[in-house]
Amino acid sequence: MRWACILFPQLAMDGVLRQRSDADAPLVLLAGTAQRRRLQAVNPAARALGLKPGQSLTAAQALSQHFATAEYDPAAIERWQQLLAAWGYRFSAQVSLHYPRCLLLEVQSSLGLFGPWPRFEARLREELTALGFQHRITVAPNPAAARVLANAHDGLAVGDETLHQALAPLPVERLGFSREASSAFARMGVRNLAQLLALPRDGLAKRFPAEVLSQLDTLLGQRPLALAFYRPPDRFEARIELNFEVESHQALLFPLRRLTADLATYLAGRDSGVQRFVLYLEHRNRPASQVPVGLLSAEREAAMLFELTRGRLEQQQLPEPVLAVRLVARDLPPFVPEHQRLFEERPQQSLPWEQLRERLRARLGDDAVQGLGARADHRPEQAWSSQSADVALPPCGPRPGWLLAEPQPLREGSVQVQAGPERIESGWWDGGDVRRDYYRVETRAGQRGWAFRTVGNDGPLLLHGWFA
Amino acid sequence: MSSVVALDRLLDTRRVWRGQAVVPPSASQPTGHAALDAALPGGGWPDAALSEILSAAIGIGELRLLWPTLARLTASAERVVLVDPPHIPYPHAWLAAGVDLRHLSIVRATGRDALWAAEQCLRSGCCGAVLCWPKQADDRALRRLQVAAETGQTLAFAYRPLQEAANPSPAALRLAVDAREVRVLKCRGGLAPARPIATAALASGGGH
Repeated sequence: MRWACILFPQLAMDGVLRQRSDADAPLVLLAGTAQRRRLQAVNPAARALGLKPGQSLTAAQALSQHFATAEYDPAAIERWQQLLAAWGYRFSAQVSLHYPRCLLLEVQSSLGLFGPWPRFEARLREELTALGFQHRITVAPNPAAARVLANAHDGLAVGDETLHQALAPLPVERLGFSREASSAFARMGVRNLAQLLALPRDGLAKRFPAEVLSQLDTLLGQRPLALAFYRPPDRFEARIELNFEVESHQALLFPLRRLTADLATYLAGRDSGVQRFVLYLEHRNRPASQVPVGLLSAEREAAMLFELTRGRLEQQQLPEPVLAVRLVARDLPPFVPEHQRLFEERPQQSLPWEQLRERLRARLGDDAVQGLGARADHRPEQAWSSQSADVALPPCGPRPGWLLAEPQPLREGSVQVQAGPERIESGWWDGGDVRRDYYRVETRAGQRGWAFRTVGNDGPLLLHGWFA
Repeated sequence: MSSVVALDRLLDTRRVWRGQAVVPPSASQPTGHAALDAALPGGGWPDAALSEILSAAIGIGELRLLWPTLARLTASAERVVLVDPPHIPYPHAWLAAGVDLRHLSIVRATGRDALWAAEQCLRSGCCGAVLCWPKQADDRALRRLQVAAETGQTLAFAYRPLQEAANPSPAALRLAVDAREVRVLKCRGGLAPARPIATAALASGGGH
């Protein structure tokens, strides 16, 4: 087995930055109590202003006024880790969040599909960059070694035979020992792993707690590490808090694009699609507005999900400024890719009918796109349905191309009867009983219509269709 | 002897009028009516373009004009979209005309939304033909439909009242339909035939 460790050196900062459209502006993350606010993390632009992690907020404000602040939120870090695990699940069945801010993937078994490793690594890096997370990737024969190598390296891949060589120069304090053990080693003059391994093992066992030896064995792959593997949840939920109150749809598009892209990432990892999800727009004084998005078939393409949600969102009235946007998807059916012919007859950049249908429904309403189906019923009102259906039809006389939704009375003498009557008498069983005599009529202008008179009624002919 | 005048310079000074290049007839979209095909310069509907059907009234054969085309398209599994039809299509008549209803879709929209929907369908390139019944379509709206039909390589049909014949239109083909005859008002790639085609000469759309 070969394990890749993807370390996220500034997960909290990346998580905040990717929600902001102005990623290059100075930004600091604040932690600590209300009395003693201090800087937890700073981005490069803020670093250029002289701000450093660990400074107090007052000291930072003395240096510069021109930086934005955001809260350092451990819960957000947990959410990002879950998202990244969902993303990693696409590439490997064994994904673990055993170490904080770090993703462990078993890659040996995935190489057949995504390999060789340099190509696989390039793909991982490309997708992570697109998601907006800085990362370091290392590969080693066991997860613990991959993790400690990620402390010092980026892009290093070691095999079984080179593992000792790669680990040997690592400083002792980066090997994942407890603080006491690290400082004890430092006082002993042991600086790196090579020196540590040169010490007699029984002496180490006597002088240090058992964890030291077990960590050492785990690093060298002599002792397996029990990992809890990630299992994707059955629902997707993501929330973006906006950094100001938003009153226009336009300003909601950036967070929306992020949310739908995250949803698509999650769905790709789980190999499922989404058929129904809800966008919640949270307000200050009112319950959140809901924008439900329903699709006819399971989809998972990021651009399409964004486009459809945008269509629905633009119809939504905003009763109050929006503080946060939340996307919740509960219904995640398996994704069945559409079958395409190898030699497509329309080679140009054509949009598949399913996507066009969803686009029309998104703007015009859920019932806007209908099919047409025939039903085996003689009553004209019952003879059609808005669903496509394949039924055997009884033979019938000529029928008009257009059927009027409501029959209209014809003026006496304005039409000539051409043929008829044809008696249609049906429907006694469901209450929609009709007894009508249908005639083919022609107006003076040459229009040919289909009109009826209810049996036993001497009223005017009622026009019911046009032979167009 | 006078100096030789270069031909292209003459053309450049715009003193010589040149006729338009003749579009080679490509009967890729036959109308299904032999008499109409013979009258149209391309031997059928103009491909990837808007055709206008100006009908004097409803119920005078304006659907029968198109049914053979729709039957041919749906038989080859091409999708036909009706955007905002004026009435309910009676399935039995459409089936009798040979239209495969599985490939027929109806879009319910009104006003500008209908034009938008028609344009989207045309532009997408996944439909074989798009039929629309624009209520108030100005020159700009029709031009958009025409461009969308070109982009998506799709047949577009717009049904409009006969009074619109007086207004210019960017459509590639304009047919005026009344109870007795079909007249070609305009056709791209050729002179419009002066002689109208009698409706009786058109093959019956089936069903009666």
